[in-house]
Amino acid sequence: MRASLLHTSTFRLALVYMVLFAGSVLILLGFIYWSTVTYMAEQTDATIRAEITGLAEQYRERGLNGLEKTISERVERDPNGSSVYLFASPNRSPLAGNLSAWPDVLPAADGWLDFEFKDPRAGGRVFQARARAFVLQDGLHLLVGRDTRELKATQRLITRALLWGIAMTLALALLGGVVMSRGMLRRIELINQTSRNIMAGDLSQRIPIRGSGDELDQLAGNLNTMIDEIERLMDGIRHVSDNIAHDLRTPLTRLRNRLEQLLVDLEDGSPYRSQVEQGIAEADQLLATFAALLRIARIEAGGHKARFKPVDLAALVGDAAELYEALAEEKQLRFSTRVDASVSLEGDRDLLFQALTNLIDNAIKYTPAGGEVSLELMRVGKTADIAVSDTGSGIAETERDKVGQRFYRLESSRNTPGSGLGLSLVKAVAKLHRATLLLEDNAPGLKATLRLPLGPNREDR
Amino acid sequence: MRVLVVEDDSQVAAYLIKGLKEQGHNVDHAADGKNGLFLASSEDYDAMIIDRMLPELDGLAIVKSVRAAGKTTPMLILSALGEVDARVEGLRAGGDDYLTKPFAFSELLARLDALLRRARQTTATETTLRVADLELDQLTRTVKRGGITIALQPREYRLLEYLMHNAGRVVTRTMLLEQVWDYYFDPQTNVIDVHISRLRGKIDKNFDPPLLQTVRGAGYMIREPE
Repeated sequence: MRASLLHTSTFRLALVYMVLFAGSVLILLGFIYWSTVTYMAEQTDATIRAEITGLAEQYRERGLNGLEKTISERVERDPNGSSVYLFASPNRSPLAGNLSAWPDVLPAADGWLDFEFKDPRAGGRVFQARARAFVLQDGLHLLVGRDTRELKATQRLITRALLWGIAMTLALALLGGVVMSRGMLRRIELINQTSRNIMAGDLSQRIPIRGSGDELDQLAGNLNTMIDEIERLMDGIRHVSDNIAHDLRTPLTRLRNRLEQLLVDLEDGSPYRSQVEQGIAEADQLLATFAALLRIARIEAGGHKARFKPVDLAALVGDAAELYEALAEEKQLRFSTRVDASVSLEGDRDLLFQALTNLIDNAIKYTPAGGEVSLELMRVGKTADIAVSDTGSGIAETERDKVGQRFYRLESSRNTPGSGLGLSLVKAVAKLHRATLLLEDNAPGLKATLRLPLGPNREDR
Repeated sequence: MRVLVVEDDSQVAAYLIKGLKEQGHNVDHAADGKNGLFLASSEDYDAMIIDRMLPELDGLAIVKSVRAAGKTTPMLILSALGEVDARVEGLRAGGDDYLTKPFAFSELLARLDALLRRARQTTATETTLRVADLELDQLTRTVKRGGITIALQPREYRLLEYLMHNAGRVVTRTMLLEQVWDYYFDPQTNVIDVHISRLRGKIDKNFDPPLLQTVRGAGYMIREPE
């Protein structure tokens, strides 16, 4: 199956990395925020304390009048300054300063007041301020503080920068993760695709190597070496089995030819004739077995695909029926054919015919007289089903997987002639055509279905 | 008949030459491709048996150059490759028939006889085939024996036609499957036998003498008994 982006380990790794990275950025920016804000707040407080010290000095030297004058001077000198002063009567009505009224808040435990005030000179705009209040002699009140607008603005700025920073980190990390994973995924998918092609039988394929010498290249290199080795072994096996079959076939043919010559030389009434004829028949049987073995080996090697041509399945089934009907009748079996559709597909006509006749042959062989053998061609969705059903002894469910193995013969069929290669050949032909061979219970009997996929009969590349 | 055998395997060659001589053929032998091509192009033969894998020159190259020279001599290609691809290739190059090694000598002989017959027949245009009192009219597609019309199924007709074309010669089961049914495959049982016995039931059963004979270990033959 194809790996999807979200399921790749690279992407997961990138996600984990992204979370860790975002966390680090959060802590870093949080620290900057905290230290900046603390520093600024301390600065503000220090400034206020300095103002208070200055005013206290004036008050000590010049008394109340001096204090009031100093405040008025300072306000006049810097009307838009960020300092806040208020000198008020015992009933807290303003005498001097730039606040229009005594703030309506109580000081906190540490003596600081954080409040908002309306600045009449700024059109009634509300400002925020931080101040300390004192009660002087005669019940007069003094409030000294600073506008904290800038402080708050800076705090907001830093908060916003922090949020943006995190968002951008997340976005960049995600993007980076996707890009990295896709690059990685492409290379891994290439390895997977090649492996799939190799599993489908194309051992000549190799995984491309980029030459960067990274771990994926090393993996590809190792896999290629492994495939080389597999190919070498497969070739060896094929070669050996081909050679055995071939090398045995030649002397066997020579033996058969000698027997044939002997038959010609023997006089017509000779008592040895039937013995020699039997010898020839047995040699023929052996030769047929070797031929079937070689044929299966060659089909499995897959070379036949090159000569795939459109095959008319209806005609194929009709021909097979015509060829075998007589045999079935001879064995007193009812033989029926049903062709539901005209279907054609890309394939090897002779091999498909071979597979089909092997199935029909088995059905006829294992059905007792009076039984029935039926042949059917149906189009089911995107497949064509060729089914051969009989009313014979069938195959037990536990044995159905084994009958496709070479030389496997059912206990019940030990005494019937046959090489035990018939179904192996059918399976090899089926695999070549990407088809499946289904063996089902026909109750009673066996239903063997060759399910052939229609449409382009090539490996999807 | 003059037959050229181009075969590098001395054992196969000796066996072929011996067998063909016993059949009354005149045999020339070349053990490699060059000599084979030389003989094939300089001499006149009735048939050639050419191995596909030869030293010096490929067997198919000989077939191609003989055909390129305009000769219609029947050529039978022998091959150890034995796969359908190789057969198609051989026939496309201009070979008339193809046989996989190892082969039964009777199979080779039957095929060679069929080739020789076909070569002779291209000149003679007979429309009625006759064996004893059995007649097959290729124009009307009717079959008569002793003047009595016999009704045959289309496939039975083709089977009989092929046998009668090769009257007096052995026809193997494989040849029948290839020529009458047009499939190259190995039947697990002798399906052909049933069709032959059906045909026999129609052309021989009520007549005398029987014409369609089984040649043990080889195939079938239709002929008038001596």
